[in-house]
Amino acid sequence: MEKERKKVQKPKRETESNNLYDVSCSFFQKGIMGSFLLISIFGLLLRVSVSLHSYSGAGSPPKFGDFEAQRHWMEITTNLPIKDWYSNTTYNDLSYWGLDYPPLTAYQSYFHGLILKYFDPNSVSLFTSRGHETHFGKLLMRWTVLSSDLLIFFPAVLYFVFVYHGGNRSSGDKSDVAWHIAVILLNPCLILIDHGHFQYNCISLGLTLGAVAAVLSRKNLLACVLFCLSLNHKQMSAYYAPAFFGHLFGSCLRRKNPALEVLSRLAPFERGIYEDYVANFWCSTSILIKWKRLFTTHSLRLVSLVATTLTFLPSMIQQILAPSSKGFLYGLLNSSFAFYLFSFQVHEKSILLPLLPATLLAMELPGVHSMLLMLCALLSMFPLLCRDKLVVPYMALYASSILLYLAPSGRRHIKKHLPRPMITFSIVTIHFVCSLTFHIIYLTIRPPEKYPYLFEAMIMNFCFSHILGFTVYTNAKQWMLSRQIFIWGQRKET
Amino acid sequence: MEDQRKPEKHKTSTTSSLLWFFGISTCVKLLLIPSYHSTDFEVHRNWLAITHSLPLDQWYIDKTSPWTLDYPPFFAYFECILSFFAHLVDPKMVDLEKGLNYKAESVVLFQRLSVIVCDLVLLYGVYRLSKNFSMGFKERVLMWVLVVWSPGLVIVDHMHFQYNGFLLGLLMMSISYLMEGRDLMGGFIFAVLLCFKHLFAVAAPVYFVYLLRHYCWKGFVKGFGRISVLGAVVVAVFAAAYGPFVYHGQMQQVISRMFPFGRGLCHAYWAPNFWVFYIILDKGLAFLLRKLGLNIPVPAASFTGGLVGDSSPFAILPQVTPLTTFIMVLLALFPCLIKIWKNPQPRSTARWIAYAYMCGFLFGWHVHEKASLHFVIPLAIVAGNSLEDARHYFLLSIVSCYSLFPLLYEAQEYPIKVLLLLLHSFLMWHSFSALFTEDATAKAVVSAKKTDRQVGLKGSSSDFVGKGGFHVGWIGRCYLFGLLVVEIWGQFLHPYLLGEKLPFVPLLLISIYCALEIMYSWIWQLRQIMVST
Repeated sequence: MEKERKKVQKPKRETESNNLYDVSCSFFQKGIMGSFLLISIFGLLLRVSVSLHSYSGAGSPPKFGDFEAQRHWMEITTNLPIKDWYSNTTYNDLSYWGLDYPPLTAYQSYFHGLILKYFDPNSVSLFTSRGHETHFGKLLMRWTVLSSDLLIFFPAVLYFVFVYHGGNRSSGDKSDVAWHIAVILLNPCLILIDHGHFQYNCISLGLTLGAVAAVLSRKNLLACVLFCLSLNHKQMSAYYAPAFFGHLFGSCLRRKNPALEVLSRLAPFERGIYEDYVANFWCSTSILIKWKRLFTTHSLRLVSLVATTLTFLPSMIQQILAPSSKGFLYGLLNSSFAFYLFSFQVHEKSILLPLLPATLLAMELPGVHSMLLMLCALLSMFPLLCRDKLVVPYMALYASSILLYLAPSGRRHIKKHLPRPMITFSIVTIHFVCSLTFHIIYLTIRPPEKYPYLFEAMIMNFCFSHILGFTVYTNAKQWMLSRQIFIWGQRKET
Repeated sequence: MEDQRKPEKHKTSTTSSLLWFFGISTCVKLLLIPSYHSTDFEVHRNWLAITHSLPLDQWYIDKTSPWTLDYPPFFAYFECILSFFAHLVDPKMVDLEKGLNYKAESVVLFQRLSVIVCDLVLLYGVYRLSKNFSMGFKERVLMWVLVVWSPGLVIVDHMHFQYNGFLLGLLMMSISYLMEGRDLMGGFIFAVLLCFKHLFAVAAPVYFVYLLRHYCWKGFVKGFGRISVLGAVVVAVFAAAYGPFVYHGQMQQVISRMFPFGRGLCHAYWAPNFWVFYIILDKGLAFLLRKLGLNIPVPAASFTGGLVGDSSPFAILPQVTPLTTFIMVLLALFPCLIKIWKNPQPRSTARWIAYAYMCGFLFGWHVHEKASLHFVIPLAIVAGNSLEDARHYFLLSIVSCYSLFPLLYEAQEYPIKVLLLLLHSFLMWHSFSALFTEDATAKAVVSAKKTDRQVGLKGSSSDFVGKGGFHVGWIGRCYLFGLLVVEIWGQFLHPYLLGEKLPFVPLLLISIYCALEIMYSWIWQLRQIMVST
């Protein structure tokens, strides 16, 4: 039907822009593998070039930053016996970047530590290597992230795209598929955090993505294994747990095959108090309501737990009632949004978690929305990246992600879903003007003495308002989905 | 034609798509700011300092730094303008003494951004080319992929550090004017280009013959008038450039700086050209004769050491002088010049100019490997003309990019250069396939009306549709495989097996292997020029 409509429209507006679209269609005629190869090479190029830049805590003793944390874990795991990894001993000072991620991270550190030890023993020697910063050491560390990305995230994307678009013989538009791959692979936030700031999110997100693809291809056991691995790499993956739980539980109820106790045991509880400026509910409203003063930490914990649960509950219920592939993707998005907005101890970097399902849904969500979400996520990380001296790569990737949405397929996508062009256009304009001002203010003006975090707070509120809007919108979308199915089912019956 | 009926829409769409291509490449260039830069970075910084802090009559005399000014005056003026902004950014950068080897973040950012901004000239050149010429949309996109996303330019300009994008932009502009038939303007821009970088003068014979025949050869009176106009324009350009130095009586000094023939036949790393074979032949003969018992003295100067003095580095074959190379370049150009005189067609100018630079590259004196950009970029204009052209361009472009690899020898840049080359090869493969195959799926999307128009527009390429699309043939595939072997040998096996012994062998292998393809490509282009009507 889609194709027919296109054919009808074509004679009306026979312009050159159609031509460019046709060119991109014939360009990507080689199928999913061809496009994936091309885009992944470009994605790797972007990653390698970002990795040329500075990292978190470069040259700032005594504590340095995430780069030193990861290196320190390699130092600990390669030099100490396994029983001492998580405990405070004479050789392991937990107050200096103690391991605070689940064991898979520790194993990964051990493995990477062995590689570092082989090529550059000084960089992981016990005690003496603290704050080790050499050109070669940095290069090796960067390459461990690159290889993890290439070996875990990239294949997961390929698997997902194959499942989502129905293999190489898919009837869909090749150019759109290529665009979808690009949106997932060239996610600017992920690139900046992993290859700029320095972390291994690609591993846990890649494992989650693999699990998602497995769920979509009805391989529930594989999905469980992959998702558990992901949870064991970073506990933040629990943001997705309600969606996995809901979807799998829902499909189990239908199939009467409750083989999923593993997943139901995963309790998505977070602990701690918020510290940094994050675009979530607690941080943004703290300007008006001093949560920390009004409530004790304990009661706040409870409040946030209730709020988080209430937010992800609708999408989970929807999945239990009517599990579907699209609904599952929406569920992932909504539950991770819920955690990002309402749970405690949320980091700026946690925006990566909702971004992954958002990019997976790029073909579903209106182009404008997914673009604005991407830019908002970038903006919310701007203060962090400024501290890491990653302004130049930030700007380059900001521009490239806008260009990605202006690519022939992206542009068509934006046009296709445009309900009221004038309103959308004005919203986008306002957004761009606002973010431009925020960027310029943050970079040029010193905040007043009295409120040193004034600009951070402004940026976070701006992003929070957007993300809250998105959450409402995507929740509504998910429920509309089940209504559609419902109506469709009724029609079938009659 | 269709194109002229709706010029407005056509124009805006072309512009915005081209800007999209340029935007993507700019993002990558921005990301590459902290990458390795060669001594050329300090060279250009020093020129900023010279032009900013010294009066004009001292520019070509100053010897504070070993990196003296050795480009023609327009480039010096250009640096002078840049240095004004550089002074605003960081005054230490343009200080002749204190600025030596100054590498603060501000300097890196300023110089890198200046190259990125100067690429706008290249953008304009490409825009002019794609605006005027009756290319199909696919061919236009192909040219953008090849030029705007050229990996060679990224490696040389944005990592190694030079301003080739800007200079090649001028060349592209000049070609676009020639192809439009506006010969005077084309000649004018070429003269300007020569006053920016004299290495571009290799194509001067082509310009001379072409302009004389196509622009001036119009009867006696009209022809004489045109010759005078053209001559006046060229003289005016050169006067603007060299006038001040003539006034100060420094022409001798300027020329001796611009043509340092004291440098050897080959650069420290041998560019993959004809002389590589010459040297190898010499070494081989010497080796053979020594085996036969003849007493062959070992030449005092060696090539592999990089330092070449006045004594002949050849054991047996005759010494090569700058004059020899000059004559050889002219000889190589000669058939092409005759062809131009016989049949001066505007649409072939790009090929002729590229051919001239190819001759200069193969037979010239002290050629840098970077000079391969001078013919790879203009050839991109004609790469989509036929399937044969596409095949040859595919190999030539890969080889040219590969021959630039030794420029970036540090581990940090290794993945970048490999990925750039891979990306370029895949992009070329995809775009050539898109151009030369009418796939069933592509047909379904392209509406019937458009297909008609396309066939009408590029009748020449529709001949190739039946032949089964783009491929490079088994020889090409074997050659590319060999390239992979050379790279693996040089990077991994050689250090592993031989260690520190024979350190020049990997570079030598790259030179020889790449020279093979470039020689072959040169012969093919020559044949193509002679055969074309």
